[in-house]
Amino acid sequence: MYIIIIGGGRVGYYLSKALLNEGHEILLIEKNPAVCDTINDELGSVCLRGDGCEVSTLNEAGTSRADMLVAVTADDEDNLVACQLAKYKFKVPHTIARTRNPKNEELFKKLGIDVTISSTNIILEHITEEVPTHPVTHLMEIRDRGLEIVEVRVPADCPSVGRTVKDIILPTGSMLSLIVRKSQKPVVPTAATILMADDQIIAVTTSQTEEALRAALMGE
Amino acid sequence: MKVVIMGCGRVGAQLAEQLDAAGHSVIILDMNSYSFRRLPPTYKGKAIVGNGIDMEALKRAGIESAEVFVAVTQGDNRNIMAAQIAKRMFNVPRVICRIYDPLRQELFQTMGLEAISPTTIFADLLRKRIES
Repeated sequence: MYIIIIGGGRVGYYLSKALLNEGHEILLIEKNPAVCDTINDELGSVCLRGDGCEVSTLNEAGTSRADMLVAVTADDEDNLVACQLAKYKFKVPHTIARTRNPKNEELFKKLGIDVTISSTNIILEHITEEVPTHPVTHLMEIRDRGLEIVEVRVPADCPSVGRTVKDIILPTGSMLSLIVRKSQKPVVPTAATILMADDQIIAVTTSQTEEALRAALMGE
Repeated sequence: MKVVIMGCGRVGAQLAEQLDAAGHSVIILDMNSYSFRRLPPTYKGKAIVGNGIDMEALKRAGIESAEVFVAVTQGDNRNIMAAQIAKRMFNVPRVICRIYDPLRQELFQTMGLEAISPTTIFADLLRKRIES
C-alpha cells in the first residue's frame, strides 16, 4: 500500500519505521527542514519537506494514488484539514486522524474522517478495563449504527441480585445479550433468568442510554 | 442579531466594533486577552478568552443561540475547523470564515462553507488598479 503520513514527530517517525518494515510504500510530510533531514538520514529518503495541508505539497506527494493518509501532527485542526483535503480533493479511500482533544472524535467522524484516534480515550479505556470496580466497560462500538457493546458487572451487594431479568426495566435501545458466570457456560438471558452476584452481563446499548442501563442493572 | 466572532485581530476587532455600533449583540473570542486592547472603550459587547476550536469555549461564548458565527483567526485550519464545528455541531444559521489559501478556500467553499480568501480579493483589487 502507498501510505502518506503527515507530521514527523515521534508518532509519525515510529509509524513510518514500522510500516516500512512491513513493506509498505511510505511518504512522510514534515514542515521542519532539520527534522526532515534527520528522518531521511535514519530511514532513507522517505520524508518530503512541506505543509501537509497545502494542495501543492499533496500534489507533489502524489496523494491521488495514495491508499491511505494518516495525519499525526500535534494540532487537531491541521490533522482534520489534511484528512479532509485527502478525502475530498484527492479521493484517498482511507483517512486516519489523531486528535488531542477527545471531544473532537465525534466531530471528525461527522466531517467524514474514517478513523479518529484519541490517545486520551485509548488510555482511559485501558484504565477502565483494568479497574474492576468500574461497573460499565466498553467492549466494542458499532459506529455506523450508533451502538456499543458493554460489559456490566453485578456486585454482590447490588439490589438486582436475585431479581429476574423481566423485573429490570431497561432503557429503550438497550438489550441484555449474554450472561457470563464463574465456572458455568455463558447463558443467553430470558425473562425468567435470575441475576446472580458477580455476573458479567454483556449488553447492547447506545451512548445516550448507557448511564440509564447501568442504573437499571445496579437497581438504582 | 447575535454574532460570535472568533479571533480579535485587526479584522475581528473592527468587525466587532462596527456590528456593536450598529446595535447587534456581539461576543468576541480570543485565546489571548491582550488582543482585546484593539476593542474601543465604547464597545458594549462581550470579550471572552478561549480557544474557538474547543466546543466548551464556544458554548461559553453562547454559540448555541448565535445567529452568525465568523472565524477570523490567523490560522486557516483553525478557521476551517471552527466554522465546521459551528455549522455541524451547533447548527448556527450563518457561518463565515476567512481562508488565506485560495486552494483551500475553493475546496471548502464547494463543501458548503461560506469562505472568503483575502488573498484572491486583494490580488484582484491590485491588478484592477494597475490595469485601469
